[in-house]
Amino acid sequence: MARRENPEINAGSMADIAFLLLIFFLVTTTMNVDSGVSKKLSEKPPPDYVPPVIKEKNIFEVNINRNNELLVEGDRMEIKDIKEAAINFIDNGGGMGKPGEDGSPGKSCDYCKGERSDSSSDHPNKAIISVQSDRGTEYGTYIEVQNELLRAYSELRNRLSKERYGMSFDDLEESFKEAKKSADLKNRVESLRKKVEDIKISYPQIISDAEPTS
Amino acid sequence: MSKFRKKKKGIPAVNTAALPDIVFMLLFFFMVTTTMRETNLVIENPRLPAATEIKKLEDKSLVSTIYVGKSKDASRDGIGYNKIQLNDKISTADQVPAFILSKRDKIAEQLVPLMTTSIKADRESNVGTIIDIRLKLRDVNALKINYSTTTAAKN
Repeated sequence: MARRENPEINAGSMADIAFLLLIFFLVTTTMNVDSGVSKKLSEKPPPDYVPPVIKEKNIFEVNINRNNELLVEGDRMEIKDIKEAAINFIDNGGGMGKPGEDGSPGKSCDYCKGERSDSSSDHPNKAIISVQSDRGTEYGTYIEVQNELLRAYSELRNRLSKERYGMSFDDLEESFKEAKKSADLKNRVESLRKKVEDIKISYPQIISDAEPTS
Repeated sequence: MSKFRKKKKGIPAVNTAALPDIVFMLLFFFMVTTTMRETNLVIENPRLPAATEIKKLEDKSLVSTIYVGKSKDASRDGIGYNKIQLNDKISTADQVPAFILSKRDKIAEQLVPLMTTSIKADRESNVGTIIDIRLKLRDVNALKINYSTTTAAKN
């Protein structure tokens, strides 16, 4: 038999195979982005710090005991009801708000839709939510409560933002983020920043963690 | 004249033999640079609580993670859901400041206020443990905290 020359192997599709592998890895490696409930701690108070006196009616007290039961303003409550109660408290608007930083007197809350009762909070910027939990409280319950309280705030912020700017606060923040990133939306950044700040100041998130019971 | 007449030739095919090499190089680059997880867990994978009002952690290099949960090796570390893991080993809340400071060393000074501490705690661990950690974080002025959660459906 005549010895035949080895024919060259066609390597043209090799690139396709490699590309396929590459794309597979690109798609399957997720950079699992961490997400969660964000909080900012208060700074450590100086040793001679005297806490300011806050009116009882401006504090919304939430207690969680070691059996993960809730006590809100002295009444037992289920977790699902706490959002509603918090909204009623924050949005009450029964009195004058905090005086401005420039010394201007506080204004009453003209955007609040609450009952304006005398026995509940004066103004959203005075309304403090205080969460006290036991050392033995389950972390899951604690986060659930925090989440419900944050939901109360975002519901109020969304409502106000829709009234003032015609879009929900989530959308507003989203478009602000986008405007910051892209160059051709640069002229909109400032106006969006003002809108976001405005809503945030109207309903500031004031949730404090009280010293735990043990 | 016929001497100079060009021979009619087709366009020569581009040699693509080096293409696989380039693609493989890319492939290896991605395979080597993608790290799956920097720390291996000494505690059992924490079952994170679910929440709706969540924020994403943008820059990973500015995040230090503290795990809280049940130890994988109960005979060595004891039982219960309140074990704190820093780096690769079980620690106590007292070691949190040193952990934060060591993370801070690696980061440019102007970025330090942007650093976030992500707490990945099991939903059955106790608030007391979290509060201990939080007090220690406040001592070293690491004030930005993110309680890691999964995403729950909004209703």
